[in-house]
Amino acid sequence: MAAAATGQHKLPDLPYPYDALEPFISRQIMELHHKKHHQTYVNALNAAEVSYSKASTPKERIALQAALKFNGGGEYSDAFIKLAWHINHTLFWQNLAGAASEGKGSGGALKDGPLKKAIDETFGSFDNFKKEFTTTTAGIQGSGWGWLGVNPQNKRLEITTTPNQDPLLTHAPVIGVDVWEHAFYLQYLNVKADYLNAIWNVINFEEAEKRYLAAVGK
Amino acid sequence: MAAAATGQHKLPDLPYAYDALEPFISRQIMELHHKKHHQTYVNALNAAEVSYSKASTPKERIALQAALKFNGGGHINHTLFWQNLAGAASEGKGSGGALKDGPLKTAIEESFGSLDNFKKEFNTTTAGIQGSGWGWLGVNPQNKRLEITTTPNQDPLLTHAPVIGVDVWEHAFYLQYLNVKADYLNAIWNVINFDEAEKRYLEAVGK
Repeated sequence: MAAAATGQHKLPDLPYPYDALEPFISRQIMELHHKKHHQTYVNALNAAEVSYSKASTPKERIALQAALKFNGGGEYSDAFIKLAWHINHTLFWQNLAGAASEGKGSGGALKDGPLKKAIDETFGSFDNFKKEFTTTTAGIQGSGWGWLGVNPQNKRLEITTTPNQDPLLTHAPVIGVDVWEHAFYLQYLNVKADYLNAIWNVINFEEAEKRYLAAVGK
Repeated sequence: MAAAATGQHKLPDLPYAYDALEPFISRQIMELHHKKHHQTYVNALNAAEVSYSKASTPKERIALQAALKFNGGGHINHTLFWQNLAGAASEGKGSGGALKDGPLKTAIEESFGSLDNFKKEFNTTTAGIQGSGWGWLGVNPQNKRLEITTTPNQDPLLTHAPVIGVDVWEHAFYLQYLNVKADYLNAIWNVINFDEAEKRYLEAVGK
């Protein structure tokens, strides 16, 4: 995601049409999620940044810096949350792709290569990885995200979660899955587990491998 | 909500039919919300309580606390919620949405200026929850004043005596209102059971 000038963030286009991820994620969900939810947060982020840029006294600027920064104790300021919304969803659209099983893209297909090797080494098998990711992510008590990420200290793949719209700061993101109810409810109703099983068909493992290689420094 | 023996909590029946709150909250939402979501909290609470009763070390007990809080809070919050809703008076379906003259109305006007101001402030505060949670009107036990507050996720309201609770988890409105949470928050005032709210208020202020 390129850096934008103050208040100039844009809703990124999806890399595929709204119905590309069917039948696993419905066109209706993709349209609302992208054109309503994500757009709302881009607009709000831009408005917040413009307000901050108009601050004219040192006192105002200091007050606004605090508002923009991480506020310790795991609580984020409202503006930071909006930025995190934008980051998380931008990552999300890019790590989805039309399902290979539907002949719609490369989604769901993990080719032989460094990522597959690392997954097999870390989790035993691709299936074990998916099972562990799904279980951990289903266990989020509220809104949040499930992540596969690279631990920067040991360069290992690890599964982790973030609550609400918190950005992933402890790991380099490789795959993110939105489990806010708006991400699945219209199609899967209360059965979050069915959504988590289905989404594997549209995970873009090629994008994931690019991120993995960048994170481990190759 | 009567105290239940360990692991014996039950899903309470709704005090009205699943379609009673239409058109403000759809029958489909009420069915899923009650029979699936709330039932799941009850089942998981019972399982957590049974495990807790068998735990023999502090570490085991601490490990179960998140499950007890989440599912116990879910059960408490939803039980309160069903009872503070009622078919809309405007639809001739019940007393929902009608705040009669009385102690609660007086207290709302004293605290917020007017019923409309109260609803506006409640909705603004509740719409501002970042993620899942609940909006509450409650009585502050220290000064007996009505205050608006929120709780995240399924945390129970512990700082105030609950008078009115509104669920803003997306499952509470998404099928009907989609992303427009503000429309749900405006609509729900038509089905808030102010009679029940006043009972709670009087109990909380000690009358």
